[in-house]
Amino acid sequence: MARNLGFLVVALLVLASSCESAIFSPVSDSHRSAALELFSPIDGSFGSLEETYEALQTFEVLGIEKKPDIRTSACASVVDTLQSTSSALKDLVHALRVNGILKCDLKNEAFRGIESRLKDSLNAANSLLDFYYSVGGLMLVKDQTSAVDVHLGDADKIFRSIKALSQSDGRWRLSSNNPESSNDAAGIALETLAGVISLASSEIDHSLIATLKNDIAKLFDGIEKYDDGTCYFDEKLVDARGHHGPLSASASVVRGITAFAAVTSESLNLPGEKILGLGKFFLGVGIPGSAKDLGSVPLILSLPATVLSVTKNDQLKVRVSTVLGSSAPPLSVKLMQIFVSGSKDASIIDQKLKFDPDNSVHVLEKLPSNVNVGNHIFSFEIVFDDPEHKKNYVTGGRTKVPIHVTGIIKIDNAEIAVLDSDLGSIETQKKLELPGENAVALSANHLQKLRLSFQLITPAGQAFKPHQAFLKLRHEGGVEHIFVVGNSGKKFEIVLDFLGLVEKFYYLSGRYEIQLTVGDSVMENSFLQPLGHIELDLPDAPEKAARPPPQPVDPYSRYGPKAEITHIFRAPDKRPPRELSLAFLGLVLLPFFGFLAGLVHLRANINNWPKSTVPATFASLFHVGIAAVLLLYALFWFKLDLFTTLKVLSLLGVFLMFVGHKTLSHLASTSAKLKSA
Amino acid sequence: MGRSGTTKDAQALFQSLRSAYAATPNNLKIIDLYIVFAVATAVIQVVYMAVVGSFPFNSFLSGVLSCVGTAVLAVSLRIQVNKENKEFKDLPPERAFADFVLCNLVLHLVIMNFLG
Repeated sequence: MARNLGFLVVALLVLASSCESAIFSPVSDSHRSAALELFSPIDGSFGSLEETYEALQTFEVLGIEKKPDIRTSACASVVDTLQSTSSALKDLVHALRVNGILKCDLKNEAFRGIESRLKDSLNAANSLLDFYYSVGGLMLVKDQTSAVDVHLGDADKIFRSIKALSQSDGRWRLSSNNPESSNDAAGIALETLAGVISLASSEIDHSLIATLKNDIAKLFDGIEKYDDGTCYFDEKLVDARGHHGPLSASASVVRGITAFAAVTSESLNLPGEKILGLGKFFLGVGIPGSAKDLGSVPLILSLPATVLSVTKNDQLKVRVSTVLGSSAPPLSVKLMQIFVSGSKDASIIDQKLKFDPDNSVHVLEKLPSNVNVGNHIFSFEIVFDDPEHKKNYVTGGRTKVPIHVTGIIKIDNAEIAVLDSDLGSIETQKKLELPGENAVALSANHLQKLRLSFQLITPAGQAFKPHQAFLKLRHEGGVEHIFVVGNSGKKFEIVLDFLGLVEKFYYLSGRYEIQLTVGDSVMENSFLQPLGHIELDLPDAPEKAARPPPQPVDPYSRYGPKAEITHIFRAPDKRPPRELSLAFLGLVLLPFFGFLAGLVHLRANINNWPKSTVPATFASLFHVGIAAVLLLYALFWFKLDLFTTLKVLSLLGVFLMFVGHKTLSHLASTSAKLKSA
Repeated sequence: MGRSGTTKDAQALFQSLRSAYAATPNNLKIIDLYIVFAVATAVIQVVYMAVVGSFPFNSFLSGVLSCVGTAVLAVSLRIQVNKENKEFKDLPPERAFADFVLCNLVLHLVIMNFLG
């Protein structure tokens, strides 16, 4: 069964066979729900202030309305950090950031204390991060309260000391000791310098700002690009803050440039396609970047559905929006060209799509008539209604999108016939309804041929060549044979000459089930159909013919119960009849009685038994001991095991030794006395 | 003629043996009787085995060896107790008897284990 399905491949082709036509879609609810899942508070708080800030910032950027309520714990933490004199610079800044979003109640004295601390650390700063946090803190204080004066008197000097850390390729170093430079540090530096410019009490020297613009231009020269137009800033070195990768480096640079663009009145003249590339990079990573206010807003053209059915008359829909999903200015989308994948055909259409304001999609109501089923690449162009918008929005020229056009393929003139080999005359011929139910019953012998033929026609009326066209013959014993149905341009036909196939069929005569499979990814009605059966009469197998391969065993039987095993035991030995055994038992006891009789005859006596009490008891005990040991042996044979027996025997043995020694030594002394006497 | 001669000789030999045997001390005669008893038991067991087959073999061995073993121990007792034996002059017969009892007990422990 699995083999059948394996042959019927009705998978859709993978989009974007070439990177040139990747699809990007703007921020959606899936991003928002992912963010909510990622940032879920534990016990009403996020842990550190940094995490709290990141969570709140993400919710704000993505436009999530329903946030978890962590206000009380966060505000408490903020107030603590801002009022304590031992907080680190970084913690102060994070606390201020959280305060900026949550707007906790902070007194002006607290702000004054923070402001003096920040200014002190700014004067004492010697690394880029120190500058960054001090200036950033001052900016936040400025935003949150007007009661404190945060302006910098010596802004020029600070500007120059930060600029001293820059390098000729546009990157920045983190401190003067550290020779390694990075894009990440460049972003931080730009943000800091923008802050300095905005905090300056007097105008900063214009030449300094001009050199900074040059630096930014040099930084953009070092941008990395993918083939599909995405651009990003990469980090080659691991810096003090750890290797964060292209995402954080690009985000840092974009943040810096945004901040700088906001404080200068002049334009930055950044290359438009690189900004679009950055926007695509952030979208491609799945996170919206801070490309909001870069000056040029990238517009993304997206399609909700890239598989269209010709038979169902699907309409082509196109959406144009900004990176974060907000709507684009009034514009129109034109379908310029249609390329057919895999061939050089290209038809020039130049048709404008109709704009549906309710759903804000551009719709192509009817596909051009010459679009056949298959893979195509549609080339779109965005045309602004107002030419002014061209300055503010970046479209990226022609956008190529792969479209997969499917349709119902008609099967015509399907018939199956049995032909006589020599003359080619038809013995039986049956018409088939495909793809429908068929149950033909044919019979043939090895001198005849089987012919199957049909035509495939697309909705546009052209001949169609599917990926798969197989004919399968399955014997009742399970042996299967598969043949590919060849086509001759117009018609699909297969002729099975049984004379030549006799050996392939392992000379198995009998009933063969016929099955036809026709399939393709653009064919909406691909099918795998049993057509009926054919009784084949093949000659008998000669001696040396190949055996049919063994059929696979039902996989479930491997784990099922196995056959019952009947054990064959050795035949038990013959035992003698009971009476014989008993007779011999009596016979064995006879010598014993003979022994007793002989003892009597010899006048054996126990006159030497001791007369006095103590020796007499010892003598009795001796005999009792021996009897006990023999009784123990009898018990050992009947039921005890060796260990118990040995244990008891050891005790009895010790007793017997003692008693026996006493008795025998008494006897010995008695006989010695007699001898001497 | 020869046959009667041999028979007569055999009879005369037998008589002399009998009379010589009568002279042995009584205790030795008791031991001899015991030995005869043990051997007779062994022979009967062998005959039984010959009739019914040797299954279970270990039981047969156990029985036969018990008889043979105890006969051997009795023989050694007889040697040690015999006063005419110069070699064991200094060995008190009680000591020999104690050895006999001990060895028999050990033998029968092994026999009972092997009997199965």
